[in-house]
Amino acid sequence: MSARIPILKVGRVLIVPIQVDMDDQTAIQLQERILTELERTGARGVLIDISLLEMVDSFIGRMLSDIAAMSRIMDARTVVVGMQPAVAITLVELGLELKGVETVLNVDEGFKLLRDEFDGADEEYAYRGLGAIGKQDNRT
Amino acid sequence: MESKTIALEDAQDIVVARNQVRSIAAALGFRAIDQTRLATVASELARNVIKYAQRGRLIAQPTESAEGRQALRLIFEDRGPGIPDIAAAMSDGFSTGRGLGFGLPGSRRLVDEFKIESEVGRGTRVTVLRWKA
Repeated sequence: MSARIPILKVGRVLIVPIQVDMDDQTAIQLQERILTELERTGARGVLIDISLLEMVDSFIGRMLSDIAAMSRIMDARTVVVGMQPAVAITLVELGLELKGVETVLNVDEGFKLLRDEFDGADEEYAYRGLGAIGKQDNRT
Repeated sequence: MESKTIALEDAQDIVVARNQVRSIAAALGFRAIDQTRLATVASELARNVIKYAQRGRLIAQPTESAEGRQALRLIFEDRGPGIPDIAAAMSDGFSTGRGLGFGLPGSRRLVDEFKIESEVGRGTRVTVLRWKA
């Protein structure tokens, strides 16, 4: 039995806080669920928070790389946030570079990076929500 | 502290192995980075046991040098197919499974001592040791 990892959608970004020690099956399922959600929601960014992970081995490392690669094919950008220093050191010693995975220090930075990415390029869609509010304001 | 044997019988035991090894390392007073290294090695090598031999066991053995320096030895044993070419298995990027091929060579870089004994058709024993800093 494994705890389900939530996938939250905020604007055009999927936020995935990994707060459990994932077994291999959970990791594989998570990968599939993220891709399904990307397709379903049309999200353009994936923010994976691993700040609570005390260990990333080659299996989880590969999963992160795969998510980034697959998301890219689906026109979405993946950012991994909050890697603990001990995890970073161990990953490098293991020989895993997490190719193609962008990493930032915290959720704020990650969200800013992804949001900036869509501003301008995707203004119409990004502000559809805000636009609706604006229209309401105009009517009053 | 006494040795502890952890059965490796399914993928969930990989999680058990790395968590147990981390708490043993913590109890022995290993610093946080070394707890992470040992937990990662346990995860990699326990996965190899499950992947290639389906089952086996991990023995976590606290040990001490003649000078009283502490270490943790981890022994991964299985009666699986064995490794025909250990030199190849130890090189980066070599894999007969679905992995990236960093399990064995990567694990070696995370510990101070690393030994593989393997006999085709009989099984494999990987022994690693890390000294307490």
